[in-house]
Amino acid sequence: MGQSILTLQGIEKSFEETKVLKGISLEIGEGEFITFLGPSGCGKTTTLRIISGLEQPDAGRVFLAGEDVTELAPEKRDVNTVFQNYALFPHMNVYDNVAYGLKIRKTPKLEIRDRVMNVLAMVQLSGYEKRMPAQLSGGQRQRVAIARAIVNKPKVLLLDEPLGALDLQLRRQMQVELKRLQRKLGITFLYITHDQEEAINMSSRIVVMHDGVLEQVGTPDEVYYHPRTSYVAQFVGNANILTGKVVERREGVLSVQIGQEMVCVLDDGSASVGEMAVIAVRSEHILVTKERASLGLAALVKEKSFAGGMLRMTLVLKDGKALIASRHGIDADCEEGDPVFCCWEPEQAVLVDGREQEGVTAQK
Amino acid sequence: MRRSNRRGIPHGFLMSLPMYLFTLFFVLAPLCYMVILSFLTRAEVWGVVHEVTLDNYRNILTPVYLKTFYESLKLAVICVVLIILTGYPFGYFMAKLSSTWKRRVSMLLMIPFWTSALIRMYGWIIIFRSNGILDKLLMGLHITKEPLKLLYTYPAVVVGMVYALVPFMIFAVYSSAEKMDWSLVEAARDLGASPAKAFFTVTLRLTMPGLLSGVVLTFIPSMGLFFIADILGGNKVVLVGSLIQEQLMKARNWPFAAALSVVLMILTSLIIWLYRRVTKVRDLEGFY
Repeated sequence: MGQSILTLQGIEKSFEETKVLKGISLEIGEGEFITFLGPSGCGKTTTLRIISGLEQPDAGRVFLAGEDVTELAPEKRDVNTVFQNYALFPHMNVYDNVAYGLKIRKTPKLEIRDRVMNVLAMVQLSGYEKRMPAQLSGGQRQRVAIARAIVNKPKVLLLDEPLGALDLQLRRQMQVELKRLQRKLGITFLYITHDQEEAINMSSRIVVMHDGVLEQVGTPDEVYYHPRTSYVAQFVGNANILTGKVVERREGVLSVQIGQEMVCVLDDGSASVGEMAVIAVRSEHILVTKERASLGLAALVKEKSFAGGMLRMTLVLKDGKALIASRHGIDADCEEGDPVFCCWEPEQAVLVDGREQEGVTAQK
Repeated sequence: MRRSNRRGIPHGFLMSLPMYLFTLFFVLAPLCYMVILSFLTRAEVWGVVHEVTLDNYRNILTPVYLKTFYESLKLAVICVVLIILTGYPFGYFMAKLSSTWKRRVSMLLMIPFWTSALIRMYGWIIIFRSNGILDKLLMGLHITKEPLKLLYTYPAVVVGMVYALVPFMIFAVYSSAEKMDWSLVEAARDLGASPAKAFFTVTLRLTMPGLLSGVVLTFIPSMGLFFIADILGGNKVVLVGSLIQEQLMKARNWPFAAALSVVLMILTSLIIWLYRRVTKVRDLEGFY
């Protein structure tokens, strides 16, 4: 992480009775590609609007390059936004849309021309200057919105689910382009999405947000492999969450008792023998066999389905809880209704903070 | 409405057939009749004789009548400017109200229409006359010492006209502003525009269709509304509208009244055409 460019300190915000942000503190380094990941309604867009100045926080401060900008009007802040609906000016052509910020700042005409042409080339829209927004496709409008923001060379570029309205193929392509653009410009990108795949693909750091708080801040690796809370484990990695009692610690592995059965989990020192522990295991790490082993859980196969190159099995445990297991390929040596046994390598299961375990449903 | 039924007649056409018939019988036919009438000669006692002449139009070119046109135009322009200045902000802020308040405000704007405009003008007499409500109020507050004698003056006519027509501007601007995507204003602010700059570069441009149709909706009647000038202006302010009414009802010179109407219509259309050319707005709110 480079020098800090944006700092949020204890940001709180309520809309009428609802508290949307419950004290957000975060430091963002120069040149980072940081992604706010969370379901809709988690407060990520509100955070972004507070950074851009379109919303005022009830409490807390916003610092941009060391300067307190909390009270500053949006036009006085050196940040630009790519809006979710693009918000292109329908009465201006592509050139005038992109040139808007520069014209407002009274940039010399020749310089405007240079810079506009330059960014249009960068987003591969050369030759489209005279088109009106209504004459462009969704992807092209998206590029104009990005060009209109980056042409002003902001300190931080805020992107509010910019790819949400595009189809999957175009979205993948734009992910690559955005990443390329960010590296080339060296501008800090603050990106908002509810798509965990997008977040993992693009970000240097991910901020997982849930219900107005930051659940976890870390690199995609950290968030994916070492989820701090059961919420992160489920939202980012579609993990299964199990609760049991720690009965034994041995060589970096904890044995956890769930009902009458025993499972193993990686020991990170956060739980001691005799305590209750919450375990996260991702579906692709669960091995489903017909043979009984000393460690593992007995289950019944409830449902099999095939999607995205993965076979997905819904298993029902003895205590009635559902467990999702998945694997590549379509072949499975068990049928719906078969009794099976599931286990995992100790290092594939991690301990998480389970305070929000109830009421969280795994996405997808 | 481009779908067609099996016989190939567009549904849209069938649906709007009554509208076409209505327009034909109640707009187009009377209009043609009026144009024809304007070329005929007035009969000695009653009606017209079928003698084609241009005298009616020649008559309009006399200074008295030209001055009436000029006065009407001047009054209309003054009124429309005042209507824009009051109606635009009203409609603009109305669009920003919560939906409950939007309903309440439009209700308040509609209520006066349940009463005849004529009667509402008599209400203004009560307010404007010497020692009327306005005078009592101003003198009570020690702002003025003597009655203003506002009734039967030019300003009284202007106030009456603006009052009668401003709702049309408000609703036209409102429906335009209502449809506006306010995130565009946020985008402008985000790109460095001050609130005022954002208003002039984005909001005003995007509500232009509403403003423009408001102008059209208020300019045309303000050229022709005769009873307001009659009631609030006494006989001091003579407008084309009053002139036409007088020629038709009192002087019983139908062809001349028709000729005046035709000229008024052409003049109004011309001004609106010019106006649209200048402002370069193609689509009017609620018009095609």
